[in-house]
Amino acid sequence: MTSKTVLHAKHLESNAKMVDFHGWEMPINYGSQIEEHNAVRTDAGMFDVSHMTIVDVKGEQAQAFLRKLVANDVAKLTVPGKALYTGMLNEQGGVIDDLIIYFFSDTDYRLVVNSATREKDLAHMAKVSADFAVEVTERPEFAMIAVQGPNAKAKTATLLTTEQQAAVEGMKPFFGVQVGDLFIATTGYTGEDGYEIVVPNEQAADLWQQLLDAGVKPAGLGARDTLRLEAGMNLYGLDMDESVSPLAANMAWTIAWEPEDRDFIGRDVLVQQRAEKSTDKLVGLVLEEKGVLRSGSKVIVDGGEGVITSGTFSPTLGFSVALARVPRSTGETAQVEMRKKLVNVKVVKPSFVRNGKSVL
Amino acid sequence: MSNIPSELKYASSHEWVRNEGDGTFTVGISEHAQELLGDMVFVELPEVGDAVDAGEDCAVAESVKAASDIYAPISGEIVAINEDLEDAPETVNSDAYGDGWLFRIKASDESELENLLDAEGYAHSIDED
Repeated sequence: MTSKTVLHAKHLESNAKMVDFHGWEMPINYGSQIEEHNAVRTDAGMFDVSHMTIVDVKGEQAQAFLRKLVANDVAKLTVPGKALYTGMLNEQGGVIDDLIIYFFSDTDYRLVVNSATREKDLAHMAKVSADFAVEVTERPEFAMIAVQGPNAKAKTATLLTTEQQAAVEGMKPFFGVQVGDLFIATTGYTGEDGYEIVVPNEQAADLWQQLLDAGVKPAGLGARDTLRLEAGMNLYGLDMDESVSPLAANMAWTIAWEPEDRDFIGRDVLVQQRAEKSTDKLVGLVLEEKGVLRSGSKVIVDGGEGVITSGTFSPTLGFSVALARVPRSTGETAQVEMRKKLVNVKVVKPSFVRNGKSVL
Repeated sequence: MSNIPSELKYASSHEWVRNEGDGTFTVGISEHAQELLGDMVFVELPEVGDAVDAGEDCAVAESVKAASDIYAPISGEIVAINEDLEDAPETVNSDAYGDGWLFRIKASDESELENLLDAEGYAHSIDED
């Protein structure tokens, strides 16, 4: 059985090719994935991300609960609206999911988690929250639209109220604000400027249409994947999962080691992995000749081997890039097994494009 | 339903073949195939002068989604390749039966054409996919 977002009919109106994405019927593209990708890099594109799960966490012990639940420390959040990216780990230090947490107050937070992991995430949160005075509430009554690209904010501004415009004016990256019926956040999954907008289901189709009328191009899951990969952002289920440590997934920066007495789930295992330098690492790979790096391919490095976790053709760069989990000893070059032959690739930091430009 | 010109012959592996009337045959991939593959990013072609057997993989169409082998629909010698695809592989998407052609074969045995599908047969084969 597949679910449909409230924007399903709007996708069909724009000639979307729909696919089953973890039980959701979602647009993979509206004709050309590469044109959609380029629209986001050079102008403005929008994605229906209503399939993602919004969870509100409220209560006296909301902060204490989240300090236990995730590897980053929500106590670092002091300015209302500020957001934090982090992993929710199991006792073995594997990643149950990655998520964004918006802070409103020490008793009021909003979490956005992945759709494919919705059930296990909710079950895990229910279990952990049992020990805290906190309410964890899913918010399926909201849809979500991500508007991304260098002109995304300007085009969105044309359809906001004066009050909404004032509220988002000059808002720094990784903030969110509720104003009127919309929750507007400066977050995204493309490496571009823009907003993620949470909107009541019954208003979503109108907002989508207004954005279309403002010249924002609809973009599908295909473009979303090439954009996030160019930006070096992980995709749950490919670049990490419950068997992978955040230290092996370029997520060390999302772990708050201080204060030492904060006992978040998975901490003991991570402390040991960190001391022993025992995990693999996530790197970027660049193939400047013909061909496309694909997830699952074997990566051969000095003294060992690794695996490509995500790979694609980069429309911005004109050649293929990938994320790969490899031994820590990996140097500046590697070989990838591609269609029965070995090709040479460069090993780089896992980030390829930011704000429309190559960072290689 | 995608476009399947009736004057062409087809392989069930989605190549089309056009008889040029001089013993040579132009080969490309069908509109249905390019739709399945999505935006083309690289096309690897055989070299002029290569001898190919019917059913032999002799080219690769690589899209954002997957790399797909292209099989020679008939045996013979490669007498031309579409060099424009080097810089514009997306032509395979935009004009699969025209400017998006891949290569031309001088047939060594024209009777092999009889093993290919006509438009109706090909339409039937993709319905079953």
